[in-house]
Amino acid sequence: MKLLKFFIVGIVFGIVLTKAEAVSWYRIYEMFMFQSFHMYGIIGTAVFVGVTGIYLIKKKDIQGFKGAEIDIQDKDFSYSRYIIGGTMFGLGWGLVGSCPGPIFILIGNGVLSICIVLLGALLGTYIYGILKNKLPH
Amino acid sequence: MEVIQGTWHWAVSGFLIGLIMLVLTYFGKTFGMSSNLRNICSMTFAKRKIDYFDFDWKEQRWNLSVALGAVVGGFLASYFLMDSTDILQINPKTLENLKLLNIDAPNGKLGPDALFSLENAFTIKGFFVLLFGGFLIGFGTPYAGGCTSGHAISGLSNLQIPSLIAVIGFFLGGLISAHFLIPLIFGS
Repeated sequence: MKLLKFFIVGIVFGIVLTKAEAVSWYRIYEMFMFQSFHMYGIIGTAVFVGVTGIYLIKKKDIQGFKGAEIDIQDKDFSYSRYIIGGTMFGLGWGLVGSCPGPIFILIGNGVLSICIVLLGALLGTYIYGILKNKLPH
Repeated sequence: MEVIQGTWHWAVSGFLIGLIMLVLTYFGKTFGMSSNLRNICSMTFAKRKIDYFDFDWKEQRWNLSVALGAVVGGFLASYFLMDSTDILQINPKTLENLKLLNIDAPNGKLGPDALFSLENAFTIKGFFVLLFGGFLIGFGTPYAGGCTSGHAISGLSNLQIPSLIAVIGFFLGGLISAHFLIPLIFGS
């Protein structure tokens, strides 16, 4: 039953992203064309809430749920992997209008052809796994 | 009910997404959906063949549960909480752009038929556009060490410079797609 709470968080995530229309190709296209504030508002607000929350967790030394250890890790510094990998992801995001979360959510939304995107994504991760040590990080 | 059935305001949506990230942090985890692509790969034959997938995916069952929940949440929202006449009121200018590219307007759909209709998805071009887009997402996110949730939300919330660099990359790629790739693929 430890997994149930994560399943419920996932359900809320799926509902919010669908109702926010962040799963919609149109909203992503509109964002990258700079023709709407909607997506910027969503990401901006989420980061604002996140920064405040993480700051408070660190400052007040808040303990995790039922003794769970709160694990806020710093990311390793580099340029190449973030710029090259990030740009590749952005190209895909702008093209098919979905990032990994929405790929799962859109299956539930009944957009069946998203399964081809998921297949492509799994293939991409698989090839990355093979090439990982040969790529600049 | 109208408030629920229509598009949720960006401030409400953003607030809830921030909260979801914080709840997962409180549970001792890190919000990041792209890890699930790696998790799914490691559930297959890839685990024994490739080092990158050789880890105990069972420790990631929590994250797979989030993904499974997301599928169910998407279903619930689409079938019970949505009035399709009242969604996706996008910028009229965007609609004009789309018309020039022969991409259909939303009219209650989450994605255009020009990309996502099954009829299109099973043409050679349609299939490869979706597969190629997915490939870039699947290759790019583990390379960058995260996606929108892992870098743009979790990483930026923890004031991580690497996440900022990654987000700049996301936008660079997205802008190239929206302004050059999409007109190239769909424009006549």
